[in-house]
Amino acid sequence: MVENLDLSMVNWARAQFALTAMYHWIFVPLTLGLSWLIAFFHTIYVRTGNEEWKRLTRFWMKLFGINFAIGVATGIILEFEFGTNWSNYSWMVGDIFGAPLAIEGIFAFFLEATFFAVMFFGWDRVSRRFHLFSTWMVAVGSNLSAVWILVANAWMQLPVGQEFNPDTARFEMQNFAEVVFSPVAVTKFTHTTSSSMLLAALFVISVSSWFLLKKRHLLMARRSILVAAVFGLLASGFAAFTGDEAAFEVAMHQPMKLAAIEGLYQGETKAGLVALGVINQAKTVGDGRDGFLFKVKIPYLLSLLAKREPGAFVPGIHDLVYGNRTRDIMGAAAKMERGKIAVDRLDAYKEARKAGDEQAAAAALAEFTEHKQYLGYGFLTRPEEAVPPVALSFYSFRVMVMLGTLFPLVFLAYLYFAWKDRLERVTWLLVPGVFMFFLGLVAHEAGWIVAEVGRQPWAIQGLLPVTVARSNLTTGTVQTTFFMFLVLFTVLLIAEIRIMTRQISIGPEGE
Amino acid sequence: MIGNLDYTTLQQLWWLLCSVVGALFLFLTFVQGGQSLLWQVARTDLEKSMLINSLGRKWELTFTTLVLFGGALFAAFPKFYATSFGGAYWVWILILFTFIIQAVSYEFRAKEANLLGAKTYELFLLINGTLGILLIGAAVGTFYTGSNFRLSSYNLVTWTHPLRGLEAAFNPFNVALGLFLVLNARTLGAMYLLNNIEFSGLADLETRLRRAVRTNFLSSVPFLLFVLVNILLMRGFGVDDQGTVSMVSRKYLANLLANPWLMGLLGAGLPLVFAGVFRTLHRNSSRGIWFSGTGTVLVGLTILLLPAYNQTCFYPSHFDLQSSLTIHNASSSLYTLRVMTWVALFIPVVLAYVWYVWRAMDSRKLQIADVQEKGVY
Ligand code: HEM
Repeated sequence: MVENLDLSMVNWARAQFALTAMYHWIFVPLTLGLSWLIAFFHTIYVRTGNEEWKRLTRFWMKLFGINFAIGVATGIILEFEFGTNWSNYSWMVGDIFGAPLAIEGIFAFFLEATFFAVMFFGWDRVSRRFHLFSTWMVAVGSNLSAVWILVANAWMQLPVGQEFNPDTARFEMQNFAEVVFSPVAVTKFTHTTSSSMLLAALFVISVSSWFLLKKRHLLMARRSILVAAVFGLLASGFAAFTGDEAAFEVAMHQPMKLAAIEGLYQGETKAGLVALGVINQAKTVGDGRDGFLFKVKIPYLLSLLAKREPGAFVPGIHDLVYGNRTRDIMGAAAKMERGKIAVDRLDAYKEARKAGDEQAAAAALAEFTEHKQYLGYGFLTRPEEAVPPVALSFYSFRVMVMLGTLFPLVFLAYLYFAWKDRLERVTWLLVPGVFMFFLGLVAHEAGWIVAEVGRQPWAIQGLLPVTVARSNLTTGTVQTTFFMFLVLFTVLLIAEIRIMTRQISIGPEGE
Repeated sequence: MIGNLDYTTLQQLWWLLCSVVGALFLFLTFVQGGQSLLWQVARTDLEKSMLINSLGRKWELTFTTLVLFGGALFAAFPKFYATSFGGAYWVWILILFTFIIQAVSYEFRAKEANLLGAKTYELFLLINGTLGILLIGAAVGTFYTGSNFRLSSYNLVTWTHPLRGLEAAFNPFNVALGLFLVLNARTLGAMYLLNNIEFSGLADLETRLRRAVRTNFLSSVPFLLFVLVNILLMRGFGVDDQGTVSMVSRKYLANLLANPWLMGLLGAGLPLVFAGVFRTLHRNSSRGIWFSGTGTVLVGLTILLLPAYNQTCFYPSHFDLQSSLTIHNASSSLYTLRVMTWVALFIPVVLAYVWYVWRAMDSRKLQIADVQEKGVY
């Protein structure tokens, strides 16, 4: 099935996906979250008729527009990258994966695109109510698009509602509802939207803190902070809650990802959570060395979080690679053996069908069917390949969670000083406050690293490794487009940052 | 009701739906056409600003329609998506590139500190409006002229031409189709602007736009004729009941004759395109866009449907005929097509609100005062 496999091509294609996805994700969560904040601001304006709120709304809208444009620019490439760099993937799972992308277009993108123009240019063209409605529709539309793309991503983590069809040699959808309401899709959506609201709140806090430090637009800054801090505090709580749910789902469906996130090589009962630690980079699977050079562990917590039971067994990387009889865990090594049989029998089935030997075909099919759930493992070359990059997963997760603990404290501090009416004077809070948005972005990118790096080597968890998912391209071709996108997106990002900071320093109009 | 539709019907239905989206996209390329006119018809900063702000309220619709076209093809014909994007790599990458640079240009062009300067963003719009559409035309042309690929027994694609898709841009038929689309988009763009802008104080701009309708339309006609005559005369990629592909002479003519309703589409579309131009030039009308736009949709629909129905390969390979794609061997499973058909019932709702918002926003034409406010493009 896999001809002339070129690993370096696969790695460049992965790098390209990581690059484009991470650039895209600089802008998307701000769009998702800020759209709600703007809808709130706009609603307050329509309710009160107070011109100050209108100026404030227009100011945040202006920043929203700049961010939105580059979000769109970096987004189109992702959809088509599945085709260009991962064409085998597109064919083999397109029957399931294509649907949410198309639905995203029908249900979400048109809402966004249509009402975006009204939101920006509708001030004196449509009625006030319709204008406000449009602003809400932009928020609904952008968050609906998140629903569908996250349904697609969740399916890559937990491929439910499908079946491999040996005649077409692809995975086909069996149950749409299972795909859409997969528990992973639900936690992904709630975690992403709540952390995006959190990010938008940080954005408003950062910009407003800067205004306060500069002693400009004080009224607008204070009002914005008040709304943002309340919104941010709620979002933080929700992000932590849904993040915990997400971790629980990971433990259930992607135990290898969890083991990598935790740097857990040997499975344990009453497993503790490593709060802080330094990964031993020299460690390889099965070499008996300690995975950490240093660690601070909170007892029982991992078992509790992952299995909701303090005494539960949490499997480690070693168990998942080589198997663990006492715990009844089949390792990647054993799965590979079965997977190789599946690959081989599928070939035999195809050959027999072609030759018109229906008896041989039926025999091959029967054997294939018996082993087909391990088909994906048949493409691995060593069982250790089933292990994702441990250090990257481990550190990224720690970064996300620590920042997730810091942010609510920041919002609380802002609320406290706003309540005491001393915000302008707490420079020690405002100065780091200006940088909170960037920390928020770091947490977001770290979150995606956890989710996607932790899924490796699979494009579709357990079914389709990235090495099979790729297109038939030369390394040079993918390298070329990698650098094309790197240069283009970097230039656009610099332009965006400059425009954004200039617009911020210009401030709201008409003051 | 949808549960009763058989597989073949659903495959045909989905090709129809994809083609409708594609044809609507061709109409909406008036945005790209308008972008490419920017350098020609707008002489002053004010005129430029009028054009950009007028187009800037519509560009996302075009963009979104393109994205939906891709998404719908992915969902309904994943083998086409995989074969064409993974195979004809460079032509798609370049097309995408022109749309990436378009997406930032409206927002960034007139803003301070935009790094590259307004001229660069205008250049981006020009590239998108010309090269982008030309290449899309060339890519669509390969539905008729075929491509260079081979599929393995597992349906995985190997492209057999080193230019990886760009070779399409060297075939006269494909180029003619591309040039027609570029010139047609420019004709539509000028008509849209005539419809959307209030010209008091901008009389020169109006004159230039009307002239642009004439020149671009007249230059587009030879390419259109070339394409149509070729379609009627050329050999096509037919497929028999056993799924064996072979070259059939006058295949597309035969398809047209076998499907009189396609002839009807073409027969209604062409006069509408001409009528729009005629009204613009001789009746001084500003509503030509509605006629030519509708005409473009109908002609586009014919061009997209003709190579797919009636036992024809819509994405043929002339390198290996038997690897060619038909709407039957490239489609999603019956189940997925059914699910997607339920989803598609929502499309009329989308069309309705797009139409409603368009009317609400354009009930008053764009005036000079509108582009002198802050925060405009
Ligand atoms: C506070 C405790 C948090 C926990 C326990 C947590 C947990 C998780 C887990 C387990 C995942 C991986 C899900 C998967 O692999 O499918 C994840 C992903 C992610 N996290 Fe967090 N997270 C927390 C806070 C945050 C914060 C503060 C942000 C950003 C401001 C954030 C942003 C993300 C993003 C963007 C993703 C990728 C999307 C997804 O897979 O849902 N998280 N988080």
